[in-house]
Amino acid sequence: MSVLQKTDQIEQALARHPFFEGLDNRYVKLLAGCGAAVNFQAGQYVYREGDEVNEFYIIRRGRVALEIHVADRGPVTIQTLGEGDVLGISWLVAPYRAVFDVRAVDLTRTTAVYAGCLREKCEKDPSLGYELLKRFASVLGQRLQATRLQLLDVYCHGS
Amino acid sequence: MQPVPYRVRRVRCETRDTFTLELKSFRGQGMVFHPGQFNMLYAFGAGEVPISVSGDPSRPESLVHTVRAVGAVTRALCAAKRGEVIGVRGPFGNPWPMAEAEGSDVVIVAGGLGLAPLRSAVYHILSNRGKYGNVVLIYGARTPEDLVFRPELERWRGRFDLEVDIIVDHASAGWFGNVGVVTTLIPRASFDPQETVALVCGPEIMMRFSVAELAKRGVPAEGVYISMERNMKCGIGLCGHCQFGPVFVCTDGPVFRYADVERLLKVREV
Amino acid sequence: MSLQTLDLRGFEKLFEGLARAGFEVAGPRIRDGAVVYDRVSRPEELPLGWIDRQEAGSYRLVQDPGAGFFSHVVGPQSWKKFLSPPVERLWAGRRVDGTFDFQEGGGKSFTPPRYAFIGVRACDIQAVSVLDRVLLGGKYPDPYYAAARRNVFVVAVNCGRAADTCFCASLGTGPTVRFGFDLLLTEVIGNKRHFFIVEGGSPPGMALLKTLPRRQAMPEEIQAAEDGVEAAAASMKRSMAVAGVRELLQSNLEHPRWEQVARRCLACGNCTLVCPTCFCTTVEDGTDITGDRAERVRRWDSCFNLDFSYIHGGSVRTSIKARYRHWMTHKLANWQDQFECIGCVGCGRCITWCPVGIDITEELRALQDNGITGHNEAMQGREYVGAAED
Repeated sequence: MSVLQKTDQIEQALARHPFFEGLDNRYVKLLAGCGAAVNFQAGQYVYREGDEVNEFYIIRRGRVALEIHVADRGPVTIQTLGEGDVLGISWLVAPYRAVFDVRAVDLTRTTAVYAGCLREKCEKDPSLGYELLKRFASVLGQRLQATRLQLLDVYCHGS
Repeated sequence: MQPVPYRVRRVRCETRDTFTLELKSFRGQGMVFHPGQFNMLYAFGAGEVPISVSGDPSRPESLVHTVRAVGAVTRALCAAKRGEVIGVRGPFGNPWPMAEAEGSDVVIVAGGLGLAPLRSAVYHILSNRGKYGNVVLIYGARTPEDLVFRPELERWRGRFDLEVDIIVDHASAGWFGNVGVVTTLIPRASFDPQETVALVCGPEIMMRFSVAELAKRGVPAEGVYISMERNMKCGIGLCGHCQFGPVFVCTDGPVFRYADVERLLKVREV
Repeated sequence: MSLQTLDLRGFEKLFEGLARAGFEVAGPRIRDGAVVYDRVSRPEELPLGWIDRQEAGSYRLVQDPGAGFFSHVVGPQSWKKFLSPPVERLWAGRRVDGTFDFQEGGGKSFTPPRYAFIGVRACDIQAVSVLDRVLLGGKYPDPYYAAARRNVFVVAVNCGRAADTCFCASLGTGPTVRFGFDLLLTEVIGNKRHFFIVEGGSPPGMALLKTLPRRQAMPEEIQAAEDGVEAAAASMKRSMAVAGVRELLQSNLEHPRWEQVARRCLACGNCTLVCPTCFCTTVEDGTDITGDRAERVRRWDSCFNLDFSYIHGGSVRTSIKARYRHWMTHKLANWQDQFECIGCVGCGRCITWCPVGIDITEELRALQDNGITGHNEAMQGREYVGAAED
């Protein structure tokens, strides 16, 4: 992990991102207050299965792979996320533990938002909590649809 | 109505069940075709199947088809060796709108073997590069081992005037590319939705969802073209098998403007 | 030439004249309890004295002393069996010099027989003209149909009687023949007389007519002929109104009526076999044991077959509902987009020969009336759109 950037630069990065579109300015400031620029080298693990997850990431550049370790096959990539994607949903709901390994495939630059303080703020201000949950629910919905299409194995032709 | 004999000049193995055949006619006159058209390929004594032309339209002396072995006839075609003879009837069908797309950005979304009829379109664009705006090729396959035309893909990725995005449904160790469903590459691709013609080909579900993603980015249904597949026995609008609602996929298609078939695609078992 | 009267001797001479001219003559004959179209050389071979009682799912031949040669109506066959046969070899090929060569139709250049059809009804004339559009009017005309069609000599017959399943009058396709014939006969039998009113419809027809013993028809003879045809038209029990049918069917693909008819339909394909305009075919490729000779054979096919719409892994139309809907929507609606006419000619064969008696006129009426039968109480009271959506 590397250098922290100034809060207003983080605020700009968050405000620009489609994920936070329509979010009240004071909430963007609030999130920026919990945010930091975090980079990962190629091959570095963002977190491992079972790790406690206390942040989510907006990927600004690069690509990460969601992996599962299968006994006789080694690490299998289930999905990759790239520029503009939001990584990390486990921070929302207890027990806040990662379900997969997440590994940076390339040099990856992110804006990380620390969830520890964010969770408290959401408890105190449910309206902030609702705004975030709406957005994460939408991401979950899209991921689920994409995952279902992957499961359909559409390219596999019967004989 | 009879197949014309063509000699197999070269066979390239694309994947474990997919082969590209390069054919030459006996009289050497070649076959002029448009990207998106197909031929009925005949394996002597086994039967005929409709296969899209996957070659370069600016080189008609070499007729190229990419075939996947899924049944008796395609297995026979895939087993053909250099020097063997295959029957060809065609070219048939309504091609990709290459002329209409001039002046626009072009987004090509290919799923699985759907890249075969689209490869001809890519060749055409590259031969006439100045006539088109941004050109993006988005290609999804099941696994890295199922990617076809790898030499061409690698060459195209090296170009500065073509964006190539590839994704696979499942990956194994050693794959450093994207993993996921092909539709996820559409939101990020570089094209102007207001000035774009989209060419989409692959399994029907994949095409439907790709068109939905394109629509989310603002590409209207009038600007999206798909290539459909149906059972064909004649390829020339006489046997009735390929009907999709009121249209014959062999003569009115296989390329359709999405706006024209959108309603029918939403009805089950049409 | 004005209308002529032909007596029975003249009628017999007609057969002789056609044979002399080298035609292979086909006409109605009785076989296996039905009137079929087959080789015929003399009037004695026609179904003189027989009529047919037809109803949904039922066909019976009954003797009637007042019946003539053509008092029966149409049976399970149509003239497409000659013009586009149920089995046709398209070509044969053989391996030679490291390649292969092909011959049309099996060794000789393709020359089908010169047919003369006797007893062609108005609905069948309409059917042939529809098939002309389908098989000759597109970008790739069917050369086999074209060859068979080229020299057909048509002796048409105005119907003097209608079966209960006929509905050509409501479609305007009969019972009077208005085009497409070389000779047109109207049989008059009764009052101890039996004769034909004859009309020439083409130069070859006129030429043949001139060789037959005939005289100018008398006004009362013509009147008797016209009365018979008019009575046939008036007696028709069934009808079909096709105004707006294209929009109606194409915008009601999810109408519950399709589920209802599907519960009865066996997908047996009888309707497609007997329909004079159904044209779907399949091909079979094969070789001999050595593998050096191959041939391709075309056969009639039916959209009711499960594998009709098969593409790698499965069929598109697996349910019977989808297949019945496809057949009827094609026949009445999609046909108009494809060929600028409707595919139905009102002959009623599909009604008669359906083993469960599905009636296309009733099915259409149900959709037109938004009707839902008592089979499905849950659906009653719901509104369904009858007009186009957009």
